[in-house]
Amino acid sequence: MMWFNLAKAQSFMPTEGTEIAKQVDNLYGFLLITSFIACVLVIGGMIYFVYKYKRKSDNDKTAYISHNTALEFLWSFIPLVIFLAVFAWGWYIYHGMRTMPKNALEINVLGKQWAWEIEYKNGFKAVNEVVVPVNTDVKLLLTSQDVIHSFFVPSFRIKQDAVPGRYTALWFNATKLGEFHIFCAEYCGTSHSGMIGKLRVVTQEEFNKYLEEGQEEGQLPLAKRGEKLFALKACASCHSVDSPAVKVGPSLFKKFGTEEVLEGGAKVVVDENYLRESILQPNAKIVNGFPHGVMPTFQGQINENELNALVEYVKSLSGK
Amino acid sequence: MGNHSSAAGENYLNHEKGLWSWLTTVDHKRIGLMYMITVMFFFLVGGIMALLLRLELFAPNTVQGVGQVLKNGDIYNQVLTYHGAIMVFMVIVPGIPAILGNFFLPIHLGAKDVAFPKINLLSWYCFMAGAALAIATFFTHKIDTGWTFYTPYSIRTGTSTVLMVLGAFIMGMSSVLTGLNFIVTVHKLRAPGMTMHRMPLFVWALYSTAILQMLATPVLAITLLLLAAEKIFGVGIFDPALGGDPVLFQHFFWFYSHPAVYIMILPAMGIVSELIATFSRKVIFGYTAIAYSSLGIAAVSFFVWGHHMFVSGQSATAGIIFSFITMLVGVPTAIKMFNWVATIYKGSVRFDSPMLFALGFLFLFAIGGVTGIMLAVLPIDVHFHDTYFVVAHFHYVMVGGTLMALMGGFYYWFPKMFGKMFNESLARLSFVFIFVGFNVTFFPQFVLGAMGMPRRYFDYIPAYETLNKISTVGSWLILTGFLFGLYTIVQGIRKGEKAPMNPWGAKTLEWQTSSPPPHFNFDVEPVVTAGPYEYR
Repeated sequence: MMWFNLAKAQSFMPTEGTEIAKQVDNLYGFLLITSFIACVLVIGGMIYFVYKYKRKSDNDKTAYISHNTALEFLWSFIPLVIFLAVFAWGWYIYHGMRTMPKNALEINVLGKQWAWEIEYKNGFKAVNEVVVPVNTDVKLLLTSQDVIHSFFVPSFRIKQDAVPGRYTALWFNATKLGEFHIFCAEYCGTSHSGMIGKLRVVTQEEFNKYLEEGQEEGQLPLAKRGEKLFALKACASCHSVDSPAVKVGPSLFKKFGTEEVLEGGAKVVVDENYLRESILQPNAKIVNGFPHGVMPTFQGQINENELNALVEYVKSLSGK
Repeated sequence: MGNHSSAAGENYLNHEKGLWSWLTTVDHKRIGLMYMITVMFFFLVGGIMALLLRLELFAPNTVQGVGQVLKNGDIYNQVLTYHGAIMVFMVIVPGIPAILGNFFLPIHLGAKDVAFPKINLLSWYCFMAGAALAIATFFTHKIDTGWTFYTPYSIRTGTSTVLMVLGAFIMGMSSVLTGLNFIVTVHKLRAPGMTMHRMPLFVWALYSTAILQMLATPVLAITLLLLAAEKIFGVGIFDPALGGDPVLFQHFFWFYSHPAVYIMILPAMGIVSELIATFSRKVIFGYTAIAYSSLGIAAVSFFVWGHHMFVSGQSATAGIIFSFITMLVGVPTAIKMFNWVATIYKGSVRFDSPMLFALGFLFLFAIGGVTGIMLAVLPIDVHFHDTYFVVAHFHYVMVGGTLMALMGGFYYWFPKMFGKMFNESLARLSFVFIFVGFNVTFFPQFVLGAMGMPRRYFDYIPAYETLNKISTVGSWLILTGFLFGLYTIVQGIRKGEKAPMNPWGAKTLEWQTSSPPPHFNFDVEPVVTAGPYEYR
């Protein structure tokens, strides 16, 4: 079976983080080998024939072979058998992939432009980071608040669309500790390629600690809470906070207290009220050079306390 | 007409003069050339966009300068959308049937023209009107939905999707009209003695394609109209905010667009059958198998659309059924591949540039085919879906397959169409650059997909950098190849030597008339007494 393992090693698949990943790679390894053989037969046969039967004179006589029933039956039948076998094998693995284990740890995942919002049963929320205990069945309940996204963890060989207006689910049982990439695989607009998260597999003890600490965040200082909220609402996908570089919207780094030029030349000082207005009515006063209608309104989505925390956080970015 | 006219050097090119005579022509050959010029133009535009995308992906955006050719994600998404929409709706779908099909289908049958010459002209105007509408969005509000217009993104993005969708709708009408014309022509206008089983395989392929065009395109039309209605009136079919189902759109969309994949590839298979037979100077192996496998593929292609949606949230049972039927499509496709290779066996092979393209087709299509099987297998597709593996696979099939065949067919019939020979060395050079460049561009993308790089990404993690670099360099080789190709064509038309009636020694009917053909194709109506590949 050495050739088989060799094919698997050459398949360029990322680390196998689950048992299912191993099964998928076995099937893929088998297909790689069969495909390679098929290509060698077809392409090799073609190359051999064109050289062997290269035209020698302008009056070459060629064989008149219009068909060969036995041969044709054979080369239809053999691929058919291989295809059916591969289909059955695939069906078996897929069945395991799609049968949700009972008593799995359930985590809600909400896709939005352009971040993954994760909520645990105890109410703790995180963004772009899923933390799960090792060797445990985990079920992710996916949905989306705007357009279709797709939750993809290459190392686990799992992918599932997050569709607005309904729940979809996937499950996995991570066998390796470590950090793995989460990509959004369904095209979702401007920052589609920036919608990257990480999946952290930790020990059960670390996981318990992580959840507990998360729950305690209510007692954090105002600016710290603002920072969490800033991450949670995915503000960072459009506003940079540690450099003046422009992402989609203006940078907030050392912005508080400075003067901004609006469209049409009017000026405004970035103070508490301007920040408040920009969060609730983003299109009211747009800084010159930025398009209208890009930032969604947060009117009705955050309360006064959260608003205070956010404003305090932006202030803290200027050291004030 | 008759003998007299062609003896005087009259042909379809000089039969009438002036731009107006072209714009009002009902001659299928002239309409084919008009399609050729417009499709080549769109190919150029779509190609430039592809090069821009590849330049952007040369390096991750953390690298200053090179990685930032397109200013931001929005511009990238727009370029991506136009590249896809133009290449699909304006190049590959109409490509072979509208250019080479229009030109050669009636001649292959020994007919004077298609069944409805005026509808044929109308279809060109439909195509142009649709294309104009679609291109107009480029100057109003650029669309960024991707060529698939998936809801609810396409409903929410504040761009002129409606205009684009209307353009695609009208281009679809052009496709239906061409299909209708071909079906009637095949059934009604065959020359005496030309039974269905004496038709060249290119005609069989076009015939199967025409059936698909007639049956599938209206579904796309309805889907696009519903999408427009959703966008304008908010009727609540696809938008979950209004109680609609976004996955329903995908069902509708792929019910057309999967058969459309075969609208793109079947004509290419037809051309390859012609090229392999002619340049091996041998009767095609398994004529009936090839002819009927085209029909078989066309029929089955209606029942496999769900394989685009294995991870969309459709039921697992649906996934299993679609996976099963999709595997079955592999069989007739494999049969064709074996038949072509068997045709070369004991033949007398000449390596002229059209044959090189045909062999290139076999090479690339073999890879495109086996990777297609991988994608049909459920658990593997879950990993590969919407990654670069898919990008590589469909480029191997659609570009490696269709465009190789289109180029090969174009060189093959060039002497007949223009009455001139092209420079063979230049044509071979163009093949080498396109073939090598193609593999350098797209093979690394299989690996990128296996590694997990999703498609439609403006930027990527550093682990994917090297392979993206190689891929971008490959795109420059393809560009070089097509520039050589363009030069060969222009040079051939302007300064090529006069072409003989039958430069390749082929047996099909188009080679039994002068190069270029007279206005009504034949001086004397041909009578057919044997099959199309009787090299004895």
